[in-house]
Amino acid sequence: MESLSKRAKVLTKKPMTLAERAYLPAIFQGLSITMQHFFRAATKKQVTIRYPEETRPFSPVFRGLHVLKRDEKGRERCTACGLCAVACPAEAITMVAGERKKGEEGLYREEKYAVSYEINMLRCIFCGLCEEACPKAAVYLQADKMAPPRFERDEFIYGKDRLVEPVSPDLRSKRGIQLTPEQAATLRTQTA
Amino acid sequence: MTLETLGWQGLVILVVFGLSLLIATYCTYAERVIAAFLQDRVGPDRAGPFGLAQPLADAVKMFTKEEFFPAGANRALFIFGPCLAMITALMSSAVIPFGNFLQFGSTVVHLQGIEINVGMLYVFGIVSLGVYGIMIGGWASNNKFSLLGAIRAASQNISYELAMGLALIAVLMMSGTLSLREITLQQSVAGEWHFWNVVKQPLGFIIFIVCAFAETNRTPFDLPECETELVGGYHTEYSSMKLGLYLFAEYINVFVASAVMSVLYFGGFNFPFQYELRDWLVSSRGMELVTAQNIITILGAVGVFLKIFAFIFFFMWVRWTLPRFRYDQLMRLGWTILIPLAIFNILLTGGLITFGVIK
Repeated sequence: MESLSKRAKVLTKKPMTLAERAYLPAIFQGLSITMQHFFRAATKKQVTIRYPEETRPFSPVFRGLHVLKRDEKGRERCTACGLCAVACPAEAITMVAGERKKGEEGLYREEKYAVSYEINMLRCIFCGLCEEACPKAAVYLQADKMAPPRFERDEFIYGKDRLVEPVSPDLRSKRGIQLTPEQAATLRTQTA
Repeated sequence: MTLETLGWQGLVILVVFGLSLLIATYCTYAERVIAAFLQDRVGPDRAGPFGLAQPLADAVKMFTKEEFFPAGANRALFIFGPCLAMITALMSSAVIPFGNFLQFGSTVVHLQGIEINVGMLYVFGIVSLGVYGIMIGGWASNNKFSLLGAIRAASQNISYELAMGLALIAVLMMSGTLSLREITLQQSVAGEWHFWNVVKQPLGFIIFIVCAFAETNRTPFDLPECETELVGGYHTEYSSMKLGLYLFAEYINVFVASAVMSVLYFGGFNFPFQYELRDWLVSSRGMELVTAQNIITILGAVGVFLKIFAFIFFFMWVRWTLPRFRYDQLMRLGWTILIPLAIFNILLTGGLITFGVIK
């Protein structure tokens, strides 16, 4: 019968040659292949990444652990408007708003601030919508940090103690407020 | 035999015993590292430097796991199985000559557990007992898979022992003795070209090494534990250190098989130019003949272990290269190919000896 596509090939099963039937040449061929892999593994750099000691490089657009930013004077930017919590599709963010007292101007930028701000890292899907929603440029997802594994579920609820950007230690006043480099220099000369 | 030589011999036995255990321990590590390297992986590297403490960690794991007895199992035989496998595996290294002899004054210490004139027969006897450990364990588990594995082990070992014995007969025809020490010494004679048995018996060696793979239940002949068909084969129901003993016994068997092959076919503790080296030490370095001989003996012992390690590596290399045989293929290879080949090898050897080509 004529085949329609004319691409059919008729295969004939040839009888095996003596070398094929003896099986030993094939074994040695296989052994040489695995030996090549052995020397490749022993000499060249392996593709395996030994995780806790080595880590994969993060992508620059990676969305990792959140941070609550401070402004250039070290004041918390967050005003507890709640837009991030509204934007959050996983409902991972909760906060309690409070009014800034007199004398706390160095701590909080606006009159209203977040008394508590919690993100549940088990609920969070790291989509970055909170970052987009924030009108005060306060919340960001860091590109170089991940929420590390922990043993207890409640340890995944990150409060302000772990979210707020730390003030760099040498630029800190006695009350813990970030200073400009000039202010820090004068403070250092005063105390010394 | 004086009390002193008896004490020395006891020490040698202890060292051989300890070495077999140590080598078997590190075979588990070597197997994993070699497997990893052959597959472009890293292998165990967490415990200690380069993962060298891994066997210890494994031992702790094995000892602390739950000891499980299946319902309806014969408890006594269930325990006896792995014990027997371990005992027979350890017994067979007693007659392997790991070195020639050391001489201190008038004391001569042979680096061999016991020297008996039927050494090879002893090894064969003990190795064929080894299958009872697997059979008893598989039967006592009260499990179909275990029983199938045990039956496979028994028939496989019986089939391949035949071809192995026939391959060995060709060596015995040349040596005229069953003593492993004598066979080793015959493979090197001072002052003349003398080849190892592998040169004179290439076919016999190939048959022997194939059978050694089958006897030690290693891939491509590891049908008794064939996990794709039989879950775990004869050790399906075993847990904790009883399983550990089975795995351990397998590695000791690999070690013994490697040792036997080094002795029978690769000159044992002989190494090239050993007599020339001894004479050079005596004449140019001004050593006494006894000291020079002792140095040669120690180098020979190192040499035999290097040969053994090379064989162990080969065992692992093959394991991670070849797929498993089907059971009918295994039987066909044993009965219709290896046994006729071995008989042909005997005839060939006989002819060559008669016409004086080899002796």
